[in-house]
Amino acid sequence: MTESATLFGINMEIAVNLLLFSFLAITAFGIMRLRNLFAVVMLSGAYSLLSAGMFVVLDAVDVAFTEAAVGAGISTVLMLGTIALTSGQEKRPTHTALLPLVVVLITGSVLVYGTMDMPRFGDPDAPASTYLAPDFIEGSETQIDVPNIVTSVLASYRGFDTLGETGVIFTAGIAVMLLLGGKGAMRRRRPLKPVPPEEAENKYDPNNGGNA
Amino acid sequence: MKHHLILRVATKLLVPPILLFALYVQFHGDFGPGGGFQAGVIFAAAIVLYALVFGLETARQAISPNVVRFLVPIGFLLYASVGIASLFLGANFLDYNVLRHDPIHGQHLGILLVELGVGITVAATMVTLFYHFAGRDKNAPDMTGDSDHIDQGEGS
Repeated sequence: MTESATLFGINMEIAVNLLLFSFLAITAFGIMRLRNLFAVVMLSGAYSLLSAGMFVVLDAVDVAFTEAAVGAGISTVLMLGTIALTSGQEKRPTHTALLPLVVVLITGSVLVYGTMDMPRFGDPDAPASTYLAPDFIEGSETQIDVPNIVTSVLASYRGFDTLGETGVIFTAGIAVMLLLGGKGAMRRRRPLKPVPPEEAENKYDPNNGGNA
Repeated sequence: MKHHLILRVATKLLVPPILLFALYVQFHGDFGPGGGFQAGVIFAAAIVLYALVFGLETARQAISPNVVRFLVPIGFLLYASVGIASLFLGANFLDYNVLRHDPIHGQHLGILLVELGVGITVAATMVTLFYHFAGRDKNAPDMTGDSDHIDQGEGS
C-alpha cells in the first residue's frame, strides 16, 4: 500500500493497524486470564478473525481467506467439539508461571534481536525481492498467463511444496481418523474384550446397567 | 435444534451461496484471490454449518461419511497423478508445459487439476475431522460398557 487514505488528518492504514493490534492484544490477555474454555475458544476465534483483518491490510487476501475460514470457522468448531468431549474448565496450574515467563522473555528478545538484521518491511532491495521474485512476477504473465501470481507460484513454480502440503493435510486427516476411530473401528475392537456369558447378560440389560 | 427457527431459515438461505462461493474461489483462483485450499475450507465450513444447525445425522445423510473418507486420498492422488502424467509425457515431475500442445494451455490445465486436487483433499479432510470430533459421543455407550466391565471385574 503506497498511497493510504487520510481522514481528519489521520493516516487510515495506521489507524486501522492500531485498532486491530490493540484488539489482538486485548483478546490475547482475555485468553490468558480466562479459565472458562468455552469463552477461550470463542476469543481465539475472534483472534483469528482479527488476524484475517490484518492480512487484508497487508494485501495478503489469500491468507486472510484461509485464516478466516480455518481459524475463525472450522478450528473453533473442532475446539468446541473437543470441549464437549472433555471439560469446560481449565485446571489451575500447580506451578508458578515464573520459569515459562523467563523462557518466553529470552526467546522473544532473541527473536526481536534476529529481526534487526532483516531488511526493512517492503524494501525493494531486499534479497527476497531481487532474487527469483522478479522472475516469478514476470513469468507469471509470460510463461503461465495467470493474473493471480499467488496461484501461479503456489501451483506451478512451487508445485512440489504444495504437493507436500496436500500430503500433510492428507496425513493429518488419516492420523485423526486412526486416533479417534470410526464406528467401524469400535465395533471391530469389541470382540477383543472377553466378557463371561452370565455377566454379559447383566451388562446388556438396560435396567440393570442404568442402576449400576 | 428443533426450535431455532431463525437459525434454521438463515442457514438454509446461507448454505447454498457458501457452497457456490467455494466453487467460485476454487475455479476463479487463477484470476482472483483464492485457490484450492481456501475453496476446500469454505466448502467444508458450509457442511459444518449445516451439521451444526440441522444435526449431525441429517448432515451424514446429505454428505455420506464413507464418500467423504473416500475423497480424502482422491484429491491427493489427483495432484500426484498430474505430476506422473507430466513424467510420462517426457518432462519433469509436475511440469505442466507438456500437458497440452501449447505450454500456456498446459499450465492452465495443470493448475486447474492441481488446485482441484488440493480442494478435494482439504474439503474432505475437514469434513471428516468434523464428523469424527462431533460423532465421538456416539461411541459413548462403548466407553460406559468398558467402565461397567471394569467395575464388575472389581466387584467379583
